Amino acid sequence: EERRYRSASGGPIALRARQHSASCRELAVRCPRLQLRSLSAVTSAVWLAAYGLFVLSQNSMVLSAAIFITLIGLIIYLHFVKIDQESLLVIGSLGIQVTSSYASGKESTTFIEMGRVKDVVINEAIHMQKVIYYLCILLQDPGDPQGVSEVVPLFQSSKPRLDCLIEVYKSCQEILEQRKTAPPSN
Amino acid sequence: MVLKVFFPSCCSSAESGILVGRWLSEQSSAVILAVVHFPFIPFQVKQYLSEVQRVTKVSVSVLGSWSNSKQEKEENLSKFLEDLGTIFSHEPWIQISKEGDSKFWSCSTFQKHSNNPKEEVILVYYDQRKVMLSHLHPPLDTATSTDQETDDASKLSAIFHTVAKSKMLFMTDRYNDGPIKLTHWQSDGAEASIIVELMKQASVPACMLLAFLLSLVSGICRSRVLKFWPLSFLWRKLSTCEQLGHRLQHLQVISSNKKAQTQTQLMRKANIFVSLLIDVALGILLMSWLYRKNRIGHLADTLIPVADHVAEELQDLLQWLMGAPAGLKMNRALDQVLGRFFLYHIHLWISYIHLMSPFIEMILWYVGLSACLGLTVALCILSDIIALLTFHIYCFYVYGARLYCLKIYGLSSLWRLFRGKKWNVLRQRVDSCSYDLDQLFIGTLLFTILLFLLPTTALYYLVFALLRLLVVIVQGLIHLLVDLIDSLPLYSILLRLCRSYRLAAGVKFRVLEQQDGKPLRLLMQINPLSYGSVVETYRLPTYSCYPKDSWTSLCKKLFLGELIYPWKHKGEKQD
Repeated sequence: EERRYRSASGGPIALRARQHSASCRELAVRCPRLQLRSLSAVTSAVWLAAYGLFVLSQNSMVLSAAIFITLIGLIIYLHFVKIDQESLLVIGSLGIQVTSSYASGKESTTFIEMGRVKDVVINEAIHMQKVIYYLCILLQDPGDPQGVSEVVPLFQSSKPRLDCLIEVYKSCQEILEQRKTAPPSN
Repeated sequence: MVLKVFFPSCCSSAESGILVGRWLSEQSSAVILAVVHFPFIPFQVKQYLSEVQRVTKVSVSVLGSWSNSKQEKEENLSKFLEDLGTIFSHEPWIQISKEGDSKFWSCSTFQKHSNNPKEEVILVYYDQRKVMLSHLHPPLDTATSTDQETDDASKLSAIFHTVAKSKMLFMTDRYNDGPIKLTHWQSDGAEASIIVELMKQASVPACMLLAFLLSLVSGICRSRVLKFWPLSFLWRKLSTCEQLGHRLQHLQVISSNKKAQTQTQLMRKANIFVSLLIDVALGILLMSWLYRKNRIGHLADTLIPVADHVAEELQDLLQWLMGAPAGLKMNRALDQVLGRFFLYHIHLWISYIHLMSPFIEMILWYVGLSACLGLTVALCILSDIIALLTFHIYCFYVYGARLYCLKIYGLSSLWRLFRGKKWNVLRQRVDSCSYDLDQLFIGTLLFTILLFLLPTTALYYLVFALLRLLVVIVQGLIHLLVDLIDSLPLYSILLRLCRSYRLAAGVKFRVLEQQDGKPLRLLMQINPLSYGSVVETYRLPTYSCYPKDSWTSLCKKLFLGELIYPWKHKGEKQD
């Protein structure tokens, strides 16, 4: 069920594909979890700096402020920044749903109706100093049948490499094909 | 195409019957609104449905059958249900059956005219009450002004629209003695709150009274008496009057007796009402804090010393400028003239302030009472008091700017004379011109004088422009706060916090447990709008527009000595 791949920056990620029915598939990419090492490193650095300031200024408010900042920073990081899992639910003839789950349990979902989806493609992008591949959904322009009104990039936080993206791409295309072959209902 | 059946979760435990709803053929979806139970007379059912269709303009029809058998499968019941398909002819005829307490239902379609192979069925559960009350906000790029009735470009909005418009269908509950027995979300009886009903009854006379009072007040405001020149100038310049006018407009919107037609209008009225309420509550809180322990008296007592202190600081500044400021050497004569002129001005100002000092406490006491009209009014009064107290800084800035501006224009014109060119007013461009010798001589003389006097005027101008900018920044911050309180849609934010399903950005689907051979089961939930979009969609319009000048044009104006008015109000003529 779960296969291991690597992300664009080298970290380990896992892809889980589930088929719920003939026209419904769910593809979830799990990002590497928060490491205890990095957490302790950051906390110790902040507290050492605070202790240094305390020794210089002899004001104990610095220490309590450092604890406060560390706690608030950790909560903000877990709730708004650290994404645990990104998943794609493709329901043929209904639409595509993109979900990101954060480390604190928050889930942010977007549902795109099938009528607005033109295609799902793999694109290249320049990210910092690298060129990476990313999967994206092309949305139809309501006025122009050939045009694309918006590009919705997927798996932005886990950034899987091309081998993982090809698996996801193939899965999606199998379902998107069905809407072309099925005759439109009268 | 895959058949999608939208089934209300409240009907999951209903008795057997027939399914009533709307069929969207272009999407191959069936939106089930209610279940009609046995026994019924088909003719009466058809009559009832056509009446519902006439009132709600939603094409409701019988879509299929629903069988909920508590015991083992009943063979004759399924045959009976198939026969019903011939009475209520509908393509395709949907048959949903539930056995015992099983979660997994079987759903089959029956098509008479076409021989399509067995198509896949997706069963989507939805919460009827939430979908009915919710308002779908389309994403901004697809938001067009087309009518909702026709041309439902978004499939989801068709579903929301169907459920929302079928309110009449949900009015019949199980206690009605009619021939039709329905099950839907309200079939246990409609609920209402006594307080809400009482408030609705009381609001009508209250609105009429308020409208009458407002018409009196606006009549007085518009009367000729207040239109004479000094008063009208004063009203335009004081920001308190602007704010009071704005709030008056808001009150007029609330007290109008026309019912709100669309969702946006309703939300706007509610937002204005809540905003006014909070504003007045905060204002009264502020007032009670000010008047307790006579804080306003203390404030009045410190006002005059503060004004004195500001004037003294200005005098020290001018003495510094009249000496050798920052080591620069000024032209002694011009320096003394300008310095003495400004010092005399400050002396006049101090005398006026001291003349007014016995009355300050009383004036402030009465003006403070107007804080009960709202916190925004109190903040505007504060901004006006600051403007009045720093009026001398404004005057100095204007004098310095005009002097500097004249100098710059003179210098540029004489510089053109040096090069033998002239500004052609007719053609708005620089043309060459031959000057006489005496013109050149006088021009050069004037140019030299102006050039060597430039540093002195420039320094005075710089100092006063900086002071003026400081005051403008403080006033600007206060106005920013007032704008924030004015335009924040508090009711929408509270609604998003407490009843998040009312403001929907879209939907989200959750895949429920599946069983092989049974249709795909999904749960449709409402995806609420994010707080940022709520504020952006429902923001109340305000009367001030933010600095239209970009930074470059502001700097250019400062350099040339033109007067700057960074905070322009809408409706004021350009200066």
